[in-house]
Amino acid sequence: MMRFIEGSLAVSDAVRMCRPDVVSAYPITPQTHIVESLAEMVANCTLDAEYITVESEFSALSACLGAVAAGSRAYSATSSQGLALMFEVCFNLAGMRLPMVMTIANRAISAPLSIWNDQQDSISLRDSGWLQFYAEDNQEAADLHYLAYKVAEDQKILLPAMVCFDGFILSHTYEPVDMPTQEEVDAYLPKFNPCQRLDAKDPISFGMFAFPEYYMEFRYAIDQALQQSREKIREAGKEFKEKFGRDYSALVEGYRLEDAETVLVAMGSLCGTAKDAIDEMRGAGRKVGLLKIRTYRPFPGEEVAAALKGAKRVAVLDKNISLGSKGAVGLEVKDVLYGSGIPVLDYIVGLGGRDMRKRDIERIVTLAEKGEGDLFYGLREEVA
Amino acid sequence: MALSVGCTAKPGKSRGNRTGAWRVFKPAFKHNKCTKCGLCAMVCPEGCIIEQEDEFMIPDYDYCKGCGLCAEECPAEDIEMVKEEK
Amino acid sequence: MVDKTLELFDCGHRACGGCGPALAARLIMKAAGTDTIVVSATGCMEVFSTPYPETAWKVPWIHSLFENAAAVASGVEAALKKQGRSEKVVVIGGDGATFDIGMLCISGAFERGHDFTYICYDNEAYMNTGIQRSGATPLDAHTTTSPAGKCSTGNRRPKKDMPAILAAHGAPYVATTSIAYPNDLMQKVERAIETKGPCYVQIHAPCPTGWGYEGDRTMVMGKLAVETGLFVLFEQTDGTVTRVKKVMRKPVEEYLKGQKRFAHLFKPTRNEAEIARIQATADRNAEKFGIDIKLKKPVEKPEG
Repeated sequence: MMRFIEGSLAVSDAVRMCRPDVVSAYPITPQTHIVESLAEMVANCTLDAEYITVESEFSALSACLGAVAAGSRAYSATSSQGLALMFEVCFNLAGMRLPMVMTIANRAISAPLSIWNDQQDSISLRDSGWLQFYAEDNQEAADLHYLAYKVAEDQKILLPAMVCFDGFILSHTYEPVDMPTQEEVDAYLPKFNPCQRLDAKDPISFGMFAFPEYYMEFRYAIDQALQQSREKIREAGKEFKEKFGRDYSALVEGYRLEDAETVLVAMGSLCGTAKDAIDEMRGAGRKVGLLKIRTYRPFPGEEVAAALKGAKRVAVLDKNISLGSKGAVGLEVKDVLYGSGIPVLDYIVGLGGRDMRKRDIERIVTLAEKGEGDLFYGLREEVA
Repeated sequence: MALSVGCTAKPGKSRGNRTGAWRVFKPAFKHNKCTKCGLCAMVCPEGCIIEQEDEFMIPDYDYCKGCGLCAEECPAEDIEMVKEEK
Repeated sequence: MVDKTLELFDCGHRACGGCGPALAARLIMKAAGTDTIVVSATGCMEVFSTPYPETAWKVPWIHSLFENAAAVASGVEAALKKQGRSEKVVVIGGDGATFDIGMLCISGAFERGHDFTYICYDNEAYMNTGIQRSGATPLDAHTTTSPAGKCSTGNRRPKKDMPAILAAHGAPYVATTSIAYPNDLMQKVERAIETKGPCYVQIHAPCPTGWGYEGDRTMVMGKLAVETGLFVLFEQTDGTVTRVKKVMRKPVEEYLKGQKRFAHLFKPTRNEAEIARIQATADRNAEKFGIDIKLKKPVEKPEG
């Protein structure tokens, strides 16, 4: 059913239909509307879950960890500082192979303090072993939750997943979103059936420590699961298309890539703006296309290479910066295109909520055409 | 051996680690003045002092680290620590 | 009733000989029984009991991080509730995990009122990392981060009153016990587990390596701590102290002099001032909890 709904509420309703047993979260802007909405559902018995009102994000994710280990489906949501406070637990969940889903309403990280959007928070957890999906709009944000649970809980994967959507830009924006019925979601997403859980009938020790003769193999196993998850995401995306009509069978999505000379690469809501800008540039005869990366972890290297192989240049828009190096997506794309001869130019954009408009996209394309890149785009005059 | 998922294990595996090899002194259970009170078994940090059918206690030397707590605590002074012969 | 023959903490663990915490683990599990899920914080006990693939635990057991055991337990408890399961949730953490780094998660879990028991095995310092001071380290104890020296008499602060902090959270049952009193320990753990809501048991667990005494003296040290009044065994129900172990009190010196961590108070010269400060701590404890066994006919003081 099509509903005109705020992004956060589309997400919370999607989460409700995923039937989490345990929800644990802590207030932080701009994620709060999601967990407020879930608390209301629990209060009104429209969601049958244990809702743990913890004293910090660190405890929120720790409580989820305990719940998943005990065999329940768990959910949390956070942003920015909250995710930073969860850092240790993030690595731990993945290492212990405990699957769950957490929504990230992407927000800049302090200092300076900023409540506005960029993707530095979730990007900073890229090495933690979580699957990471980035939504372009609220439809995708809602849909990715069903898919994320399905992939995360697959017996061959067993890894936690983040569904990232841009704070305020998506979380607080009303858009039409097609919401499935509970029956449709139940038919797509099976009950959580862990291969091992804390259970007095079959006692198992979880979270042991590993000597050097074992540690590397456990880390290898996590990497292998992430590598294999590409195929699971494709399968789950294909099934999603069959059941709901929207196609998530690829980890990336191309827009007007045919004969494109300059290809933009981006993640999240920026893709919508880029598509409009591309339409205008195409109208003016400029051969520009977009490659949207929906799945950042595992990184879809093969798809990216295949999509970019005809490009004359690639302009990556990064809403994050690995300080002292480059943007995280830019680095990945440079790696994938190494040896191809295709220049990859990285642009750090939109940090801390700096607006990115169509004209900015157009200016970046112009810069790329001149070979000027690997820079912070649109800095104030006094520092430029 | 295949690795477990997420570094887990089922019970019983710690018995593969024979801590008896650490021992320098060994508790000799003399069973002369023993009153079968069971305190030695209760205070053993290894839990390796086992009651026999005759209710006398015997340590499992595969795991006894030779800490001497049992000998120190024995109210009948019936356990003697002797140098381990290897 | 506690089944004293039950062994749920297996042989083959890698604790030092005479380890107080290892004994605590055994006794806790005798009292807790098989229908228990244990959540451990990082620390000595976690490390010596679970090097992959050798686990000493015969019950379901989970370790996540150093500071989050109470939060993990909250999640486990919530999941069990949702699934309609009956297992009891028991957290076991050392004093570092409890008094210091895990304080936030513990406070949150107690305030929320989860049905679980938090057990702290208190060996009065960070032993796993090499004997650094914690909030549970007693006054004047030498540790590697509170060393005694020319201008230091060791740890500068008295032990934090953790039971009072958790009692202030409205915990229905708070108790202290010691490995030196196994029956007391098992009884209190059992009572805590049977009491609905968040309960706290602090187990004094002497550490031969960290305190500097021979492993066969672990029980002796535990008893002396109680007999000198430096560690009081009590039970508190709904905020009221309901039971206290009474003793014929010994001078604190008898406890201090057997441990290397207090050796600087006696050599090269006796530090009377500091020994008196520690004695004063014991005296305050004795008065606060009324632990002194009073003779029926008090000896009359001579006039004048």
